[in-house]
Amino acid sequence: MTTAISVSGLVKTFGRTRALDGLDLEVERGEVHGFLGPNGSGKSTTIRVLLGLLRADSGTAALLGGDPWRDAVELHRRIAYVPGDVTLWRNLSGGEAIDLLGRLRGGLDHGRRAALLERFELDPTKKGRAYSKGNRQKVALVAAFAGDAELLILDEPTSGLDPLMEEVFRECVAEARDRGATVLLSSHILSEVEALCDRVSIIRAGRTVETGTLADLRHLTRTSVDAELAGTPPRPAYAHDLTIAGNRLRCQVDSEQLGKLLAELTAVGVRSLTSRPPTLEELFLRHYASDAEDTEAAAAR
Amino acid sequence: MSALTGTGILYRLALRRDRIALPVWVYVGTGMVASTVFSFRKLYDTEESRRTFAAGIDGNGSLRALYGPIFDGSTIGGLTAWRMGVFGAVLAGLMSTLLVVRHTRAEEEDGRLELIGAGAVGRRAPLTAALATAATACLALALLVAAALLAAGQAAAGSLAFGLALGATGLLFAALAAVTAQLAETGRAANGLAGAAIGVAFVLRAIGDSSAGARWVSWLSPIGWAEQVRPFAADRWWVLALPLGAAALLTALGYALVERRDLGAGLLPQRPGPAVAAPGLRSAAALARRLQRGPLLGWTLAFAAAGAVFGGVAKGVVDLIGDNRQMADLMARLGGTQGVLDSYLASIATIFGMISAVYAVQSVLRLRAEEAAGRAEPVLATAVSRLGWAAGHLVFPLLGSALMLAVAGTAAGLTEGAAVGGGVGHAVGDMLAAALVQLPAVWLTAAVALAVLGLLPRWSAAGWAGFAVFVLIAWLGPILQLSQWVLDLSPFSHLPHLPGGEATAAPLLWITALTALTALAGLAGLRRRDLG
Repeated sequence: MTTAISVSGLVKTFGRTRALDGLDLEVERGEVHGFLGPNGSGKSTTIRVLLGLLRADSGTAALLGGDPWRDAVELHRRIAYVPGDVTLWRNLSGGEAIDLLGRLRGGLDHGRRAALLERFELDPTKKGRAYSKGNRQKVALVAAFAGDAELLILDEPTSGLDPLMEEVFRECVAEARDRGATVLLSSHILSEVEALCDRVSIIRAGRTVETGTLADLRHLTRTSVDAELAGTPPRPAYAHDLTIAGNRLRCQVDSEQLGKLLAELTAVGVRSLTSRPPTLEELFLRHYASDAEDTEAAAAR
Repeated sequence: MSALTGTGILYRLALRRDRIALPVWVYVGTGMVASTVFSFRKLYDTEESRRTFAAGIDGNGSLRALYGPIFDGSTIGGLTAWRMGVFGAVLAGLMSTLLVVRHTRAEEEDGRLELIGAGAVGRRAPLTAALATAATACLALALLVAAALLAAGQAAAGSLAFGLALGATGLLFAALAAVTAQLAETGRAANGLAGAAIGVAFVLRAIGDSSAGARWVSWLSPIGWAEQVRPFAADRWWVLALPLGAAALLTALGYALVERRDLGAGLLPQRPGPAVAAPGLRSAAALARRLQRGPLLGWTLAFAAAGAVFGGVAKGVVDLIGDNRQMADLMARLGGTQGVLDSYLASIATIFGMISAVYAVQSVLRLRAEEAAGRAEPVLATAVSRLGWAAGHLVFPLLGSALMLAVAGTAAGLTEGAAVGGGVGHAVGDMLAAALVQLPAVWLTAAVALAVLGLLPRWSAAGWAGFAVFVLIAWLGPILQLSQWVLDLSPFSHLPHLPGGEATAAPLLWITALTALTALAGLAGLRRRDLG
């Protein structure tokens, strides 16, 4: 069994809102999987279904080989979860909350707990109500990383962390992967996903729109090309966003046309050339920009 | 920008947020006074009967400790001022405290005041708006109480004096809460400090009112001042200057403290918690115990005190009621027809039962509070089943209410046995049974709340509806002389009237069975539904 999470055709409605609309998600064991989507796209709903907190209307979901609804308690021994908005008990200290959550899952590693408190610079003696958002998040992160969970489900876990702490978080995720854990990281921070994730699923309006390794996804998209030529640049019809200034050409081409463009450029003579794979950001924007265009088109109609 | 910029907007915001709570407080206070006038008019319709009643109370130290002295018992208004003076003042104090803290410290604690403070809002504006809100409520209470008394045909001056005495006491405690909200770092602690001050004020005047040699002690208490206005007896308006003056001083102190502290900080030190959890904190049940033990302790202590007080005044009440036919009738309808002492004791056992149902419903709804605040989610994402999580909390409505009733029954038996004579052991046994026999009805009320929570989570506040229906029918039904089938809708109407009445097990058994079914329906719903 090499699949940690396997979801297909998941549908969940709340009244008239269709939060999940046939969502698919495959996460392999041992990988860090980025779960990307804008606010309200259904990331947290998916995670709640996976945790057995919500019951899906239709579709199937399997988690570590079990049924997330029926086998919830057994599965949860092997899972650590960090919610996006952590609320703590007002009269429990952070240290108490960490220990409690760890013990409810079946224990945590005391050495690692102490090391994590130090790295996250978290004071465990404060009461729950006295923590800032970022510090509440750290409490949940320490509780999650100090255990030996097979699967870490992290729902926008860095939304309250400063850049230094985000770096610590990245190290912790890498260490968890080195221990053999699987990580599902929901996020809308692209640099984080780009730095950490082996594979990515992008969702929009409750549906998966892309899934694959970052390399796969980039392959499907355009490459930016910036070239200084010896003569007049060609004007290929397949180039997008083409700008020509003197002997300089800038454009984007679909990956399968890159070879053709290079041949045309070489024919003219190349003085300098930079080409850059699309960042996840561009990839992401393309999906949501097309979404906006669809909406505009629909509105125009 | 002045220190008061934005007060108007914040005041309107507070009124909007309290558009339900504030009128409820005012109407409940007014309603209590109005119903007291109404029942006194019915029970003591001649001046002679009123004078006899008043003379009886004046001779009884324990009743004076509870309600205060009667200054003029010849009028209905005078009796009402005696009966509702202290309690009305306490109610006004609680109302003001909760309103002020809710709009100051509690807002600050939740971080909302920070959002507001970043806008064009003066440093003193939030406190001023909160005080204005409380003052609005106090003024409304004062005027409506006066109007209710006037409507019942009582003297205009006395009616107004009584209303203003309550309103001025409320204002004073609002100003006190404005100070405690600066001292404590949490809303709960600020309420606790102000509540403790109300308790001290109550006890000080109880000492003064009950001991002939120490009458002056009452003057140390703001609640004593409210009594000393002596509505319908002397209408001493000048006494109102005491609470109003004190309110002005406390408000000034509150402002001075606001200027001297940082947002979010209190002036009392905040104790750090342990860095590591105690070994016992390792299950959902242990977490529930940790969360629910404080409220249970508070309720149990309050029940012990209330049991002791109501048991202690038993003899005085019996002497008073002795020759009043209507009062004895009313008592019999609430407590059963088995002699005045027993029916008094049975009626207080019923009241303990109804009030412990408040606790039971509240501790059931704690589950929903945990869920709605998002604190249930991380717990249920660990190896904790939904039923295990719920069970940890449900122990409290089940056994906590039993504990409270046992404590209240024991305390009432002890003081009643000592005061009336005839064997403390026997009295304790009787009162313990009388209190515990309430449990099936308390549990059913809690089970209704659980069923709502399990089946209709978004309507969890409707968990209180079962309580309201059961208690209103059982409480007001006998007074309003509703027909039997209406009374039968409340489980409290089916309980045996102990002590003295016949102890039949049948109703206890079927109410318990109904409780089990209702609770199971709730738990089944909780197991199946979406959480969050």
